[in-house]
Amino acid sequence: MTTTNRLSQIFYHYASPATFYPLAGKMIPVFVVLAALFGIAGLWIGLFVAPTDFQQGEGYRIIFVHVPSSWMSMFIYCVMALWAGIGLTMNTRLSSMMAQALAPTGALMAALSLITGALWGKPMWGTWWVWDARLTSELILFFLYIGFIALQASIDDPRRADKAGAILALVGVVNIPIIYFSVTWWNTLHQGASVSLTKAPAMAQTMLWGMLLMALCFWMYSIAVALIRVRAIILERERHTEWVKQLLAGEKHAGA
Amino acid sequence: MTTAITPLLGAVRRDLLIAVRRKSEVLTALFFFVIVVSLFPLGIGPEPLLLKKIAPGILWVAALLATLLGLPRLFAGDHADGTLEQMALSPSSLSLLVAGKIFAHWLLCGLPLVVLAPILGLQFDLDADALSLLVVTLLLGTPVLSLVGAIGAALTLGVRGGGVLLALLILPLYIPVLIFGAGAVEAQISGLAAEGHLSLLAALLALAAFFAPWATTAALRIALE
Repeated sequence: MTTTNRLSQIFYHYASPATFYPLAGKMIPVFVVLAALFGIAGLWIGLFVAPTDFQQGEGYRIIFVHVPSSWMSMFIYCVMALWAGIGLTMNTRLSSMMAQALAPTGALMAALSLITGALWGKPMWGTWWVWDARLTSELILFFLYIGFIALQASIDDPRRADKAGAILALVGVVNIPIIYFSVTWWNTLHQGASVSLTKAPAMAQTMLWGMLLMALCFWMYSIAVALIRVRAIILERERHTEWVKQLLAGEKHAGA
Repeated sequence: MTTAITPLLGAVRRDLLIAVRRKSEVLTALFFFVIVVSLFPLGIGPEPLLLKKIAPGILWVAALLATLLGLPRLFAGDHADGTLEQMALSPSSLSLLVAGKIFAHWLLCGLPLVVLAPILGLQFDLDADALSLLVVTLLLGTPVLSLVGAIGAALTLGVRGGGVLLALLILPLYIPVLIFGAGAVEAQISGLAAEGHLSLLAALLALAAFFAPWATTAALRIALE
């Protein structure tokens, strides 16, 4: 009982933008360093250690960017919807700011996944794009991110933007599995010329390690970037409060 | 006699009455549907076999776009003259009133498409079985379009660039309806069973009928704050 009380105390303490702002500032360097370390290790394994694929040659190495970005694009949408939902139900401003900060990174990951997929597809399948179930649902996920960002951007009142965005994100989360399965069935029904991605040959151990390290790198990068962005959002929205004025005055003083 | 659904029927009656007094809005969406469908053969070429193959997809995409056309007006008028605020303040549940408005929107924008689609389907050389299946899929699918679209209409109420934004928000969510709706007819044309598609469409309808009025109400309350 006391531990849960203590946890909720910590949660509520840092749910205030004024206390979270300095905490985020301390956390950012940690995640940046971790992202760099995992990235260097993952790329080293991916580019130098992992063996050349006997079917696909060297071209397959784009997988070390492609797969982690696809994972992140789906995961970030769920995290974003979770924060948006918490913001809507518990009326915590910071949660909504987190959701807003995550959206551009999620959209970037979806775009990266689509672009690397196209670059990979050209030498492997001989085409930039196939209407494969996974490609199509990734594209739709990208559209959902763009819709969320566009809706938030077009509402001037930040509180209304937060709440409207939260409803859209939650509707999206309910729809993602429906969209995913409908696209999968649509694809199998059409029996298209697409290459099956699911029947990939068993992966070498080192490839898997490289991919996992790159996935960790993308995680850390996403957290770091989301924290940097949320700090900017906090400053923008709380610019009329006393603590931000003091903070900015202090920074100006230190700079001069 | 007042029952639980009296407010719903009242909302339906009111919106139908307004539409009857202003017929042009309903007819515009309907003619848009006809024109979009007629554009495809002009763009693709008059080859009957190809047109027959892509007819279900064309009719369904046109139906999506035509539904989208009427959505920005679903709540805009009531929002502008304050009726929406009175609805939110009224003793009957806002969700019921919203459900009534959505149903009226379907009667005005969805049902005419269902009636018109077989005539347009004839232009694409669809046979009687395919046409009747097309009507069934549209009958099951167009209410989902109105229901899901209402969420988007409520979210973009009074927002800058509302109409275009609405399309951006809602069209990705329409994809499952499009897939199962057009897929059923295509399956039937190529000699496969279409029951699975119909069941899934009906499931989508049940899901949307339950959740959409509720989500729309939440979005409207945010817009009214």
